[in-house]
Amino acid sequence: MKKYFHVINIGIQNTLVYRVNFFFRAMFALIPLLATIYLWRAVFGGRTAGPEIEGYTVAGMTSYYVLVTIVDALTAVTDDDWQIAADIRDGNINQFLLKPIDYLTYRLCLFFSNRVIYCVTAVVPVALFVFFMRRYFVMPPSAGVFALFIVSVIFTGLLQFFISYSLALLAFWVLEVSTFIFIVFAVEYIAGGHLFPLDILPGSLQEVLKFTPFPYQLFFPVSIYLGRVSGAELWTGLGLQTFWLVAFYGVALWAWRRGIRHYSAVGG
Amino acid sequence: MKVPQISNAPNPATVTGWRRYLTIYAALWKNSIVREMGFKANFLLWVVVELLWFALQLGFIAVIYQHTDRIATWSKWEVILLVGASHLIQQLFTAIFLTNITQLSENIRTGKLDFMLLFPVNTRFLISFRQVDLGGFVNAGTSIFVMLYAGRHLGLHPTALQLIGFSALVLCSVLIHYSLMLALASTSFWTVRAQGIVWGYYNLFNLARMPDAAFHGFFRGFFTFAIPMLLVANVPTKVLARKLESPFEIGLLLLMGAICFVASELFWRFALRRYTSASS
Repeated sequence: MKKYFHVINIGIQNTLVYRVNFFFRAMFALIPLLATIYLWRAVFGGRTAGPEIEGYTVAGMTSYYVLVTIVDALTAVTDDDWQIAADIRDGNINQFLLKPIDYLTYRLCLFFSNRVIYCVTAVVPVALFVFFMRRYFVMPPSAGVFALFIVSVIFTGLLQFFISYSLALLAFWVLEVSTFIFIVFAVEYIAGGHLFPLDILPGSLQEVLKFTPFPYQLFFPVSIYLGRVSGAELWTGLGLQTFWLVAFYGVALWAWRRGIRHYSAVGG
Repeated sequence: MKVPQISNAPNPATVTGWRRYLTIYAALWKNSIVREMGFKANFLLWVVVELLWFALQLGFIAVIYQHTDRIATWSKWEVILLVGASHLIQQLFTAIFLTNITQLSENIRTGKLDFMLLFPVNTRFLISFRQVDLGGFVNAGTSIFVMLYAGRHLGLHPTALQLIGFSALVLCSVLIHYSLMLALASTSFWTVRAQGIVWGYYNLFNLARMPDAAFHGFFRGFFTFAIPMLLVANVPTKVLARKLESPFEIGLLLLMGAICFVASELFWRFALRRYTSASS
């Protein structure tokens, strides 16, 4: 176990090099977010049908986007998938095949340190943003709900990681994985709830989405926090999230085992 | 003795002025086509990626308009026209400039800029136009298709003058994106790694496709007069949809285009003086 603490430590030091990059990333990402919130306000302002859209008030909609920003900062995979693909392509994984270290655990440690540094650098712009929107920032309904939210956020982070990891392992078979990563990212962006809350979609579409892994990559923990899922629905959701988490962990292990057999150690 | 003529193409060394640059640019185009055709599958996949993102933006608009008839003064098909125009501008920018500008910081870091400074052409020309991304032109085509469809729903019959005006303004907007992004990329002369900044600018494209009337106060002022994101796609669209509040808006876009271009040229020259080369 001790060796993985060293990995986290080294990961943190390596990532610190990119702190300015992270800072700008966090800053610039807030601008379109702010624009989306203004856009929704104009929508709410021009409506004659009533002050709520599918149960969202202006305040509810604003806090939805604020929470999306926070959960995204905590769990998003920013660079790990590119690095894993590059490691495979350039033959850097040779060393891991020879040493008593598990590549998946190694990358998970790096992902963790990456998120720690990202959150530290993003805390100032995000805190300023939350402060600016504080009137709309709601508290979770109860401490119990908040605890479930935390659990779900951790699951989200792991799910994000395992999906990206599995996708990056495609590099064993194809030379250029970036297009695949971008295609999946686009689907996640809309089906994960990044662009708008999924529960304003038509009901039948929501039912279908519920069984895909995408809502559990972002939307689900946010809706727990906002108290929009509760009771049996919440537990089914957590069950489905766990299912996808385990499933993609399985895919990751399987793809690694198959990939290693296919691997030709270029450049090693 | 007479030197035998090898090819009919004019020799860049003998022609002068803008014709010389056109000849060079034609050669760069040819290189880019050859390179792209070497990776046909990849080329097609990238077109798919861009199409998907475009569809996603349109999907967002469709979802919003399920719950309202208007965003401020903008109707659904007007916003779709706007998203189309914004995508057209973004893709033209991607086709001509994006790859080149994102490579600038890498060229500075590795010292490859040395070679470019040594070529007997304007360095800014070379770093701006070296590669053409053909996929961008394909995607620009799809956005024109969406605009035509939206235009039909709006019952638009633009006159020749409107179309010329629209095209000219689109070019001016591409120039604005190019100038701002080059200026941002030029900061790599100081920071070495400017990818974060360049990537960040890419975020601002998201603003360009939103209807300007939804914004007020400082936000609108800043993104109109400082970074004219709320002008670049909005003004050309308004010309087509006859939504202009005053001809002043056209003048403002042209003026901002001129200011951005001059400012980026001055900043580029200032930044280039900082260049110390990387190795040796």
